[in-house]
Amino acid sequence: MSSSTTAAAPRKSAGGRFLASELSVLFRRRRTWALLAALAAIPVLIAVAVRLSSGPSPGRGPAFLDQVSQNGLFVAVVATIVAIPLFLPLTVGVVAGDTVAGEASTGTLRYLLMSPVARGRLLAVKYVGAVVFCLAATFTVAIVGTLMGALLFPVGPVTLLSGTSIGVPEALLRIALVCLYVTLSLLGLCAVGLFMSTLTDVPVGAMAATVVASVVSQVVGQLPQLEWIHPWLLTQYWLGFADLLRDPIVWDSFAANALLQAGYVVVFGALAYGRFSTKDVLA
Amino acid sequence: MSGAADLVIETAGLTKRLGGRDVVNGIDLAVPRGSVFGFLGPNGSGKTTTIRILLGLASATSGDVRVLGESIPRALQEVLPRVGALVEGPGFYPFLSGTANLLRLDAADRYVSPSTRRQRVETALERVGLSQAAGKKVGRYSLGMKQRLGIANALLTHRDLIVLDEPTNGLDPQGTREVRHLVRSLTEEGTTVFVSSHLLTEVEQICSHAAVLSAGSLVAQGSLDELRRSGEPRIRVTTPDVPQTHDVLRRLGTTPDDDGATPGAHSVTALLPAGLAPDQVVRALVEADVRVNGFSVDQAGLEDLFVALTGEGFDVVQ
Ligand SMILES: Nc1ncnc2c1ncn2[C@@H]1O[C@H](COP(=O)(O)OP(=O)(O)OP(=O)(O)O)[C@@H](O)[C@H]1O
Ligand SMILES: [Mg+2]
Repeated sequence: MSSSTTAAAPRKSAGGRFLASELSVLFRRRRTWALLAALAAIPVLIAVAVRLSSGPSPGRGPAFLDQVSQNGLFVAVVATIVAIPLFLPLTVGVVAGDTVAGEASTGTLRYLLMSPVARGRLLAVKYVGAVVFCLAATFTVAIVGTLMGALLFPVGPVTLLSGTSIGVPEALLRIALVCLYVTLSLLGLCAVGLFMSTLTDVPVGAMAATVVASVVSQVVGQLPQLEWIHPWLLTQYWLGFADLLRDPIVWDSFAANALLQAGYVVVFGALAYGRFSTKDVLA
Repeated sequence: MSGAADLVIETAGLTKRLGGRDVVNGIDLAVPRGSVFGFLGPNGSGKTTTIRILLGLASATSGDVRVLGESIPRALQEVLPRVGALVEGPGFYPFLSGTANLLRLDAADRYVSPSTRRQRVETALERVGLSQAAGKKVGRYSLGMKQRLGIANALLTHRDLIVLDEPTNGLDPQGTREVRHLVRSLTEEGTTVFVSSHLLTEVEQICSHAAVLSAGSLVAQGSLDELRRSGEPRIRVTTPDVPQTHDVLRRLGTTPDDDGATPGAHSVTALLPAGLAPDQVVRALVEADVRVNGFSVDQAGLEDLFVALTGEGFDVVQ
């Protein structure tokens, strides 16, 4: 056995390989691509619908919709706004809810743990995998939106909310910044999904619970009677990226959102670890 | 307990409570280094649960566990790289090929060399006869192919201990035979093999040691020879006078196996009556005018021992 020499001196390697393998498994799944394709359909639908309709219908529909026909770059922004309340949490819920429960249901969880992967490390790698999916999801919407916009509409300088005008490269940068903001907004939801996923061996249950959590949070956010709770809601700053479209950029909401999401990540990360580190893996 | 140095698995009073019941109840396992250790027990007796605890998948309710001389679960991360295992059937991603699945599990192991990864995966697949199907998605594997892949995963690198939970589940006769060869070759490489099973013939063929679990308790443990010796010897009388033989044996205090006396039977088997030598039994038969055409004494097979220890009933003991 040529390999016995390597086993004789067990030395830890850095451990980036497991993360690489996790990402490669995630992106080799057909389901991941189906989710991204569903997200990509949003900007396509918006662009085609606006293109086919005769004139703009100011005052109705999502913000910036009336700008699309004049400047294709707005397809990306409108599609992102449309995706935030439901479609993004839906796809992120599927991936984050699947993290641990999915491995348990295929029986791979016990083999990963025996490989061995320490339980904390498994959670960390799973979490990072879900976050990478969030990045892929938000950028999919924005990139497909930009491409569709460029294809069907004129593209030119953008007038910001503060009235100043910026060129196309700068506008693209702002769109990328919005994507990062949206990804940041989803970090807490990923942690909630990770925790839900440690509670069950049935992935669909964890997925549903995660999506429900985001919906409930948004509903509560609409009720003025529960205003005192609003600053603590997972979804409180989800649509608060308007400040990134001013000149100069106002970072306040970005910072507030980051703090809130970090809180969710810490709390639900700790809950997930507390649950998973002592859990009997019987599936 | 004997010295830990020559024991690969050692438990003391290992107990696991699940659903309000002790499914593993104070067991003291002692698996010697270099042995092929059969872990026997009827369905639901707690074999898989014990294995899960040995490998840190579940925690013990009470009791001590040592694997490869180290305390579990404290030293789990140091011990597991030296252990290969198949627990409660294989578990793989159906959307990945056999090779990709093994590469994935190997990548999770921080103690093996990534540069030999492909080679080791290929060798392991070859050893279980899966080279042809290596590129196929596991979702399209048959039951036995998945089982083989599960065994291959245990063989990815040299291991000091290999734990196989019912390895021949779903395997065809060739596969079963290959597993026997495999276990033998692993022993030659110095690996201790711990194999759970309820197939006694299988255990008799490959194991040097065994333990018998019944409803969560260990009821016997030792080398196969020791276990056989602990079983009661059986007698077989070849005779045309079956009913008279039954009467005589009953008078001597033993119950013939086939009480209803199959019509046309020409032999009777029973446990050797306690406290009697075989010649005394023959004398009693002859004195009762039983025509004895043949008489033999057999050591109990493992199967008799197993049934004697775990009960006759087919119902799963709860
Ligand atoms: N999650 C659980 N909750 C409650 N009881 C459980 C759980 N898992 C297993 N058990 C019980 O533990 C007992 C032992 O199960 P185990 O899987 O260890 O048996 P086994 O010896 O491996 O059986 P088999 O030969 O069928 O594989 C069974 O009676 C089972 O009902
Ligand atoms: Mg079992």
